[in-house]
Amino acid sequence: MVVEGLLYTKDHEWAKVEGDIVTMGIADYAQEQLGELVFVELPEVGREIAARKEIAVVESSKAAGDVYSPVTGTVTEVNSELTTKPELVNEDCYEGGWICKLKITDKTSLDNLMDAQKYQEYLDTL
Amino acid sequence: MEFVPHTEQQQQEMLAEIGLTMDGLFADIPAHLKAKSFNLPAGLSEMEVRNRLAELAGKNSIDLTLFLGGGFYDHFIPSAVYSIISRSEFYTAYTPYQPELSQGTLQAIYEYQSAICRLTDMEVSNASLYDGGTAMYEAMMMALRITGRNKVIIDDSVNPIYRVMIRSYTRNLQIDLDETRCTNGLANRAEILDKLDDQAAAIIVQNPNFFGCIDDFTDLAKAAHAKGALLLVSCYPISLGILKTPSAMGADIVTGEGQSLGMPMSFGGPYLGFMAARKEHVRKMPGRVVGETTDREGRRAFVLTLQAREQHIRRDKATSNICSNEALCALTALVYLSLLGKKGLKETAQRCADKASYACQRLAAIAGVQPRFKTRWFFNEFVVDLPREAADVIARLIERGFAAGFPLSRYYEGMENSMLICVTEKRTKQEIGMLAEALESVL
Repeated sequence: MVVEGLLYTKDHEWAKVEGDIVTMGIADYAQEQLGELVFVELPEVGREIAARKEIAVVESSKAAGDVYSPVTGTVTEVNSELTTKPELVNEDCYEGGWICKLKITDKTSLDNLMDAQKYQEYLDTL
Repeated sequence: MEFVPHTEQQQQEMLAEIGLTMDGLFADIPAHLKAKSFNLPAGLSEMEVRNRLAELAGKNSIDLTLFLGGGFYDHFIPSAVYSIISRSEFYTAYTPYQPELSQGTLQAIYEYQSAICRLTDMEVSNASLYDGGTAMYEAMMMALRITGRNKVIIDDSVNPIYRVMIRSYTRNLQIDLDETRCTNGLANRAEILDKLDDQAAAIIVQNPNFFGCIDDFTDLAKAAHAKGALLLVSCYPISLGILKTPSAMGADIVTGEGQSLGMPMSFGGPYLGFMAARKEHVRKMPGRVVGETTDREGRRAFVLTLQAREQHIRRDKATSNICSNEALCALTALVYLSLLGKKGLKETAQRCADKASYACQRLAAIAGVQPRFKTRWFFNEFVVDLPREAADVIARLIERGFAAGFPLSRYYEGMENSMLICVTEKRTKQEIGMLAEALESVL
């Protein structure tokens, strides 16, 4: 499932841009591949991070995967509900399963992201 | 376990089955990497092997009276320990590849973890590591992962063998390893606090420390936590029968050598590293962890849990490259602790302390022999300063049938005349008296 209006990475993260705040999470394809999540390691608020660098870790019972930041920015908020309910990522990856919010510090980092249509085309090649 | 060789004939049959020659089978190995010869001596008959091994074993001095400690200890091992661990179900088992199929092995490890948690008063334990030194190294790496920092402060009252191991493990890593120098028998507060900054991941200390002195690290735990660092404590498990637990001091990760829990002293092991931590850090802990759950029919069952920390799943991001544990040694420790019970462990620890205290008084009565850290409490080891070189005195006492102690000059500057003496519950008043007489006669 791909949601219109969001931007995507080749590593299957999504980003929702509202002004200079970017909300991010993992796309449906990624949560499907990982299976039922048992743990999400969240970043620290205040951490500065470059686009495509590791920002979080998601663990299922049989796999663990790194989550990369879609943009360059500073972490302003994390979804702490995931510490006790990691399964929210499986149930509702684009809404309740968001991972964190970043204040974007380099707008050019948005240029490398795909829109919904391009991401769907990319998924079709996998 | 029986050795099952394959004969020349079987090899030929197998090659015929897959349609290859031996050279063809190994064609992928470049010629220059193939061994020309293994340079093995001719085989020996069983009788010849026995004679040869007996001759080698005869070089060991097994009848010395042991006052030697320094990390490995001569405690009494009840015969029941061997009887129980020698059951073939336990004795031949390696870390199982289909772990949940081996419920007995998993239960034993689970019970071991529970025992280590009770002993250290910590919340989580792993399934064990190789030995006290590697456990300390793993704890240090865990602290680096938890804090995201790369500086570690370690006091030199920590077992020097562990410190050598940590140095060799970290030689090619970007880790700032800062050693502080113990001068008065306790971890050097002034130096540690001076080096403790917001780049420090951990303070590593030991209790009782290598000189046998008992410390309380509550102050260091508070100081470390105030700077966002962790306190790592290595401890001697038998001493926990009577001493304040590392948990009560505020330690974040506790490790130690488990040899004293029912394993004999032997050069090179196998030994047992244990590790316990606060629950909040469990996902950063290395090694296997067994958990309790229920099966489909609601029965109690055991599983390997939190495996996403491990290298077969997390690959290069794994918490450690350890993928095994010291299952038989962990079982030994569990059986030993179960046989002693809480009361027995306390009595054993108290006897060690009482006998060491008596031995220290007895030896200090000899002219020229001085306890080095007079004002310190000690558990079952203490340092004495002699009027002459300790290594020389120790060599003379070996001729008289005593492994009298450890020469501290081997690892510490300015301690040429200092000897570390250990007394376990196995030493008798008579043996202590004989050591005192022998020492007096060689000084």
